[in-house]
Amino acid sequence: MTMRPQPRFPEPDTQPFWDATKEKKLMYQTCDDCPEVIFYPRAHCTQCGSLNNTWNQSKGLGTVYTFSVVMQSRHPAFKDIGPYAVAYVDLDEGFRIMTNVVNVDNPIEDIKIGMKVKLSWLDQGEGEIALPMFEPA
Amino acid sequence: MSQTREVAVVGIHEYPLRVAPGVSALQIKAESASKALADAGLSWKDVDAVYDNGQNQNIGGLSISEYFGFKPRLIDVTSVGGTSYEFQAHHAATMIAAGKADVAILTYGSTAHSGRVAIGTAGATGQGAPTPFNNMEDSWGMTGIAGYGMVKARHMHQYGTTNEQFAEISVATRYHAMRNPDAVKAMTDLEFVGVNEITVQDVVDSRMIAWPLHLLECCMVSDGGGAVVIASKEVAKNCKKKPVWIIGGGEATKYRENGGDITVSAGAQSGPVAFEDAGVTPSEIDVLMAYDSFSITVMLMIEDLGFCKKGEGGDYVSSGILKFDQKGGPALNTDGGGLSSNHPGERGIFCILEATRQMRGESTSQVDNAKLAVAVGNGGQLGARHATSPIILAAD
Repeated sequence: MTMRPQPRFPEPDTQPFWDATKEKKLMYQTCDDCPEVIFYPRAHCTQCGSLNNTWNQSKGLGTVYTFSVVMQSRHPAFKDIGPYAVAYVDLDEGFRIMTNVVNVDNPIEDIKIGMKVKLSWLDQGEGEIALPMFEPA
Repeated sequence: MSQTREVAVVGIHEYPLRVAPGVSALQIKAESASKALADAGLSWKDVDAVYDNGQNQNIGGLSISEYFGFKPRLIDVTSVGGTSYEFQAHHAATMIAAGKADVAILTYGSTAHSGRVAIGTAGATGQGAPTPFNNMEDSWGMTGIAGYGMVKARHMHQYGTTNEQFAEISVATRYHAMRNPDAVKAMTDLEFVGVNEITVQDVVDSRMIAWPLHLLECCMVSDGGGAVVIASKEVAKNCKKKPVWIIGGGEATKYRENGGDITVSAGAQSGPVAFEDAGVTPSEIDVLMAYDSFSITVMLMIEDLGFCKKGEGGDYVSSGILKFDQKGGPALNTDGGGLSSNHPGERGIFCILEATRQMRGESTSQVDNAKLAVAVGNGGQLGARHATSPIILAAD
């Protein structure tokens, strides 16, 4: 099985996020100086520019904001798996992640916008980063 | 700029072939520059401003003056995907109006078809630079088309827009393409199944590429290119063709945000700026050249530029007004668009070219007495990050 495209390092903004996935933790940041939830990870607040923020662990519960079902992809990791859903999921803590919605029979029929979903990790091996995905809650 | 008519498009050229093996992107740019200058009645030596997207060079934008042999006093390398040329036209118009240059050239060349570039279906390779963008997106198998599919899906959910309504955009565009010999040749050379007018049913019955986007809602991948010459009022007076004035422009980007509304494009920000700049309103526009990478892109441009209310684009496009010979609203993509005429990757320049032809009375789907056109590009990736720039053009 060909590996999916992987995040590359050094990349200091997103490295803590990916390191935490090795322990199956989905992390996000909140600004210490304003109410902003920061995601994807960055060292600064996108609302106020503050350089002070805190890492938090998400409970991994959310809602499908939107999705598309890819029928045709040329990448070897995806071209043989059949139609798959790429999605934005809004986590209950207030951040939106690009992800896959998995563990459904027919992604076009079984996934709905507004559907409640929960974390489902794609393990890539011992000590490797895991990919956060979502399945019907 | 505001209707002052200081700066005009004076020369254009659209490279006629969509399958051009053995020609380089740089050659397409140079040939187009030569022919656009001839169209204007200007010479190679008259160019004193070069606008470029920085592609096909060792260092973005640095090699292009050298390759052409120009010695510009203004150089602008703005690269924001498919709408780079609307941004560049806006910049050129502003700088020429300020007296910083007299004759600007914008060129585009691409061999996306012959180079077998999978613009929409490739997805991330995992080979790109380590950036926050790549690192938070590459692992999910997102393809270009799926990014637009996510926006269409949300539009359908949020406003009740139907596949049949989206299909109207493809139908009107093909209607225009069949009247444009270059578009007919393009579809023939690219081996379209059925080089003919299409129906709403044809579109919704066509193969699903990335749900909910069907094949006939997706642009072609062609070779091609073109050039635009923009000049001061003084230069325009002595050009061969009548000037087509640039009377307004706007620029904006939009990107995914926590809690953001993906159905609203950057055009909601740049559209009102462009119309205010021009001193005109959407109801006065005769021709709308809206970047049709996909049906959903056009839907958002129509709504966000104010041709109808947000969310009512479905009813708007199915009211039968998009075709060039129908009244009630601007004609849409009268050259045949990216869907059915020309899409080598960054189509924005063709929106300016066809808007100019309409203002000159040279279109193959000419709108009677057309006086005002909007060329609006959309670059990047609608569902992730994109830029939208409308340019408003006026006939002399």
